[in-house]
Amino acid sequence: MKFRTIIAAAATAVFATMAQAEEMKMSVTTSFANSGLAEVLLPEIEKDTGITVQLLVVGTGQALKLGAEGDVDAVLVHAKAAEEKWLAEGNGTHRREIMYNDFIFVGPSDDPAGAAKADKATGALQAIAAAQAPFVSRGDDSGTHKMELSLWKAAGIEPQGDWYRAVGQGMGAALNTASGMNAYIMSDRASWLKFANKGDLKLVFEGDPVLFNQYAFLPVNPAKHPHVKNDLANKLEAWLVSDRAKALIDGYMLNGEKLFTFNAKAE
Amino acid sequence: MNDILQGMARAARLVVTLDADLVEITALSLQVSLGAAVIASAIGLPLGAWLAINRFPARRVVIAVLNALMGLPPVVVGLIVYVLFSRSGPLGALGLLFTPTVMVIAQVIIITPIVASVSHQAIRELWADYHDLLISLKANRLQRIVTLLWDGRRALMTASLAGFGRGVGEVGAIMIVGGNIDHATRVLTTAIALETGKGAFDMALALGFVLIGLAISVNLALHFLSRTERGSRW
Repeated sequence: MKFRTIIAAAATAVFATMAQAEEMKMSVTTSFANSGLAEVLLPEIEKDTGITVQLLVVGTGQALKLGAEGDVDAVLVHAKAAEEKWLAEGNGTHRREIMYNDFIFVGPSDDPAGAAKADKATGALQAIAAAQAPFVSRGDDSGTHKMELSLWKAAGIEPQGDWYRAVGQGMGAALNTASGMNAYIMSDRASWLKFANKGDLKLVFEGDPVLFNQYAFLPVNPAKHPHVKNDLANKLEAWLVSDRAKALIDGYMLNGEKLFTFNAKAE
Repeated sequence: MNDILQGMARAARLVVTLDADLVEITALSLQVSLGAAVIASAIGLPLGAWLAINRFPARRVVIAVLNALMGLPPVVVGLIVYVLFSRSGPLGALGLLFTPTVMVIAQVIIITPIVASVSHQAIRELWADYHDLLISLKANRLQRIVTLLWDGRRALMTASLAGFGRGVGEVGAIMIVGGNIDHATRVLTTAIALETGKGAFDMALALGFVLIGLAISVNLALHFLSRTERGSRW
């Protein structure tokens, strides 16, 4: 009797997986997953389109690599230069801008470098470098890391020395390190708001338009990888640029703050 | 310290309420690591016994290499398995990447050397005692291996459990080949890494305590089932 029940349960489980009509894999950046927006969007996507989107949460570098190898069906990242290079190599069909959020600078609550007084992001970095205040860098080739490096370049500084610490890890691990060392760090706003181990850190600088962070959706090229589910990727893209997605993305609040701004253009 | 207490309280709450997500990832942890331990034992135990009773020129080298492989870095194994099973890799057509199956494969590679090495040590001692007996009975190679495996089963269980322990606590390989996909390939260790990244130390610790509890339960269950350490037996 017992044995029969187990067989029945196993059979049900197998059929249940088969009945799940459509599954696709998408690699996304940690900042998107950490923001909590994924948990809002995924169930709605499943409800409206019948697609179960499985997320691989990695840095932008790895997310694009997974797409280039054909291990995911689509990519959602935020590093325009890297995305365009990726497209030029024939890895994807096209790039569709979906939404943006922004980066902020976080640092010790007494702000020893005076970064809060800067009026531009580059000014805040110059203040941190001048004070040789500890600064934690992602150092993992992610979109956030690339953005940070481009800001240092714009500020005319080659960051190196004891105070500049590249941890080579995701946003959360880097924030944990900054919290432990009471250091400055650049983070996306969502990861910071959701981060539970703030310690003595606080937000010290925000609002410079160069800190805006554009997310784009890139379907993997079926001509390069015939097995990818390009039809599902296109269906997902149609949903992501729809008014329904706009309402959900613009309406998503964390601690009373709006995190993402929908800016997909109709084709 | 406070985090640890909060973690324990949270773990207790999750276990008592049979939190659906917790049950799912715990079940997958068990499925992957027990599966890997069973397969690794099927390969490693006979291999260990075979190495114990056979004398051949490169034996010393093989045993040294096997011992060294016990320290195989999981993250490297993960990377190699990923490259093999990636769609662009030689086994990509199987479409196994980011599934529990490939997680089992990675763990089999990691724990087989442990099972083989520990069982080789145990069988070698047993073989010293049984050598004259088995030779005089004219037992052939296969019979010798079977006899030694059966009579050494207690020690061999330790070998398998050591393999299971290494598998269930391993994060480097399954993170890369499994991808930590919610409701598909997320297990206890990758969930702990995720919660730590969110700075949610209490949740990470809670999952950690569940993981430790799971490892202890599996060990206890096997010892009870195989009736070891009973008062009247040695």
